[in-house]
Amino acid sequence: MSQTILTAQRLTVGYRTGRRSPKVVLHDLTLQLERGTLVCLLGQNGAGKSTLMRTLAAVQKPLAGTVCVGAEDIHRLPISRLARLISIVLTERAQTSLLSVYELVALGRLPYTDWTGRLSAADRAIVEWALESVGATALAERPISELSDGERQKVMIGRALAQETPLIFLDEPTAFLDLPRRVEIMALLRRLAHRTGRAVLLSTHDLDLALRSADRIWLLDGEGGLQAGAPEDLVLNGAFARTFASEGVAFDVTSGTFKLCAEVKGALDVQGNGLRAFWTQRALERAGFVISEQAADIVQVTESSWHWHGASYSSLEALITALRSKNADSA
Amino acid sequence: MATHSEAQVWQSARLATGLSRRSAVLIALLIALIGMFCLVLAVGSVSVPLEDVLRALLGQATSQPAYATIVTQFRMPRALTALLAGAALAVGGVQMQTLFRNPLTDPFVLGISAGASLGVALVVLAVGTTGATVLVGIGLLGDFGLAAAASVGAALMLSLVLGVAQRARSVLSLLIVGLMLGYAVSAMVSLLLYFSVPERIQAYVNWTFGSFGGVTWRQLPILAPIIGVGLALSLALIKPLNALLLGEAYAQSMGIDLRRARIGVILSTSLLAGAVTAFCGPIGFLGIAVPHISRILIRTADHRWLLPTAMLLGALIAMLADLVAQVPGRQIILPLNAITALIGAPIVLLIVLSQRRLRDAFSA
Repeated sequence: MSQTILTAQRLTVGYRTGRRSPKVVLHDLTLQLERGTLVCLLGQNGAGKSTLMRTLAAVQKPLAGTVCVGAEDIHRLPISRLARLISIVLTERAQTSLLSVYELVALGRLPYTDWTGRLSAADRAIVEWALESVGATALAERPISELSDGERQKVMIGRALAQETPLIFLDEPTAFLDLPRRVEIMALLRRLAHRTGRAVLLSTHDLDLALRSADRIWLLDGEGGLQAGAPEDLVLNGAFARTFASEGVAFDVTSGTFKLCAEVKGALDVQGNGLRAFWTQRALERAGFVISEQAADIVQVTESSWHWHGASYSSLEALITALRSKNADSA
Repeated sequence: MATHSEAQVWQSARLATGLSRRSAVLIALLIALIGMFCLVLAVGSVSVPLEDVLRALLGQATSQPAYATIVTQFRMPRALTALLAGAALAVGGVQMQTLFRNPLTDPFVLGISAGASLGVALVVLAVGTTGATVLVGIGLLGDFGLAAAASVGAALMLSLVLGVAQRARSVLSLLIVGLMLGYAVSAMVSLLLYFSVPERIQAYVNWTFGSFGGVTWRQLPILAPIIGVGLALSLALIKPLNALLLGEAYAQSMGIDLRRARIGVILSTSLLAGAVTAFCGPIGFLGIAVPHISRILIRTADHRWLLPTAMLLGALIAMLADLVAQVPGRQIILPLNAITALIGAPIVLLIVLSQRRLRDAFSA
């Protein structure tokens, strides 16, 4: 049995603007979305993330190529059929309204209900399952206007689940959330993809989180191309570093994170051990110093203070201030 | 697992109470509406005993023969008109607020009533300017004169707005077009007023005050079916309206044909607002306030509950306003528009200010 749900063949996306030649955003892409996978779409602002998402969701026509689910071109399907294939979660906050969480999630059943939208027993069971899957059962009767951003996002994901589509597209689902909530939402999406067999595609700016949770990453290079692969493959082949190379920021392959590269202010040797030495090193790196055992300048870390050039400092902040003022003098 | 099943029991209990609250509101409104209907028939410049009202309704002889005439020939069509107009404006308001996702829109936002005003202004202010009296000008068109003129104006405006709706990309541009058309038409009315004579201006101003009293048994067979069609159409649009609560992008992703939904909503609202304006004048306030009060009463924006609630509540408030405007026991009649705002605004303020969160009360 084929695991592929969606296939894009030689897809070129962009905009047609009047009579002028169309503006091509992404060129000649061949993509696949498979059952039970979480795919993160990454790229810098303006690389074409939302244009691609809109085209794959059949909101926008492609300039060339096809997007197929099974044998059917989604851009030729009536939207009533599409509603049973693709559900979406958008960045824009659903306007605060007098709807309960239950009513909101139940809206996901719209493609299946009669003209009044009346829920059958089967519909209710699915709504309850969707609420449970996103951990929102206890919220069912709360008005959506009273939810926190994280709860609201969960409920919107629940609505997409209730729509029972093999594909779920999410536009920056972790935007506006604090870190614990971002991790929670990503973990939820990953679990849902794996357990329910849906293909989940989301765009995000959260590189670190995407690297840790995605089964696959689609990386837009900003020049109209797209690299797809397991996150680690893209790190090792240097695609990450190339895509996000820009002034002042570097992708650190050893830690899988981004580092601010400040102007190098000098070299220091940190002497000491344990947690205090580790955070001292972090602080000095942040302040723009290179940490090296060969450095002549030495910072000593003790249990209660830091020693440098014969003086003692009670906090890292005081130490950095002293280092900086010396640096400014010598400059 | 124990806590989980507890949560489910709790949830179903809450669901059950939520449903019964909504049903209770609908039943209470229905009873109040019937009571109000009888009251409106009984009270006026001459008060008729309730017994005689019932007798008149059943076609039996009343204690004074005049009572039967007053109730069936004068007050009955007036009460029915208020009932229809109130329901129509409320439902029109709900639809516009949902379509534009804007709590400050009302059924007239598309310029329909402005079109009707222009029709009426043309007839009252411009037709027969050489004629002796205003009554001649209107008399030429019979007692359907004003209604016909307003209908033509509203219909022209409707076709314009629908034409724009076919092409407009976003619903916001539609809103702006409606507003601008409204301004343009108002400007034309102002010009007509400027070049008109005082008696004609007075006649026009009287029309703008609004009244349910101008509709007779001869006109009701026209007004009622139009409003009936508009209300039926709005009920047929429950699903798209509910989907639109989440915005157009979500609605489309759930299989709603946006263009068709938009045209349907506009057509329904225009029929409702146009018919009411044509026969009763531009009646303000009901269309913007009743939807909000309804949402607060039933605590949901789900149109399956909201539309019936707004219909009943709109009819109720319209009849109440008409009752007050007639100043029971006196021979004077106040402008209906002033009354709808005067009794409506404090109600809305009270309800809104007593809400825990202002934002919730005023969101569509």
